[in-house]
Amino acid sequence: MARAATTTDVFNAIAEPGRRQILDLLVHGELSVNELVEQLGLAQPQVSKRLHVLREVGLVLVRDDGRQRYYRLNGRALKPIHDWIRRYEQMWNERFDALDELLEELNHEED
Amino acid sequence: MATLVNKHSAVVTLPIDTQIQINRDFNVPKELVYRAWTTPELVKRWWSAGHGTVTIADIDLQVGGMWRWVTVTETGFEVAFHGVYQQLTANELIVCTEVYEAMPDGEALNTITFSERDGGSSLTLLVQHSCQEHRDGHVNSGMESGMQTALDMLESIALELLEAAAIKA
Repeated sequence: MARAATTTDVFNAIAEPGRRQILDLLVHGELSVNELVEQLGLAQPQVSKRLHVLREVGLVLVRDDGRQRYYRLNGRALKPIHDWIRRYEQMWNERFDALDELLEELNHEED
Repeated sequence: MATLVNKHSAVVTLPIDTQIQINRDFNVPKELVYRAWTTPELVKRWWSAGHGTVTIADIDLQVGGMWRWVTVTETGFEVAFHGVYQQLTANELIVCTEVYEAMPDGEALNTITFSERDGGSSLTLLVQHSCQEHRDGHVNSGMESGMQTALDMLESIALELLEAAAIKA
């Protein structure tokens, strides 16, 4: 069953750690661009670029209030998606950490 | 020992909605990483990641040869995967199918690339599923059933976004 491209785009959007960082911050509520820049510790163009991608796939919504621009999450269930990837990452991290130990041992044998 | 200082993390990305990609750097030459993936007694020492015991690690390392790895968790739950090697280049590349035996319909194609980098090597595992449901099932495999809730949420989010897109269009 083929899916609309939107879904793919959303998966792409949340697959990139930098964009997930923004979603993570917005989980706690609406933030202005300045607040995001400040909290991420990045240059504004970098933050704007990430926000643009998230906006394009509809993961964040924008609201203009005077001269400030506020962003908020679209869909309260975004956090489980994030957690879902994190859980998978965690499983592989544990696996690779175990592999590291073994590799170190093999590496010593080679020396 | 520099290894402890130089600790790496796995990076998981979802390049498209039927793929999962995992990247990880190592502090040893790629030949050793390849050996750890292709030697039964070595696979048994890391595959379960401390969550149970790898009871079977069959590897018939040739094109057309089969592999089957079985883990038994502390609670006695059996997690088994098997597949067939399709392409093998020693120390460089493994292409093989993968079936999670609890969901035998969802066959994936794994491409594991071993490459050199400064100070060691790097591994990329690309899992290609035939459809998104299989991928989601894969991510869910061997994990607590609580994950299903998250996946259901994911589904509803996707639908919500599709509806939103339809309204805008």
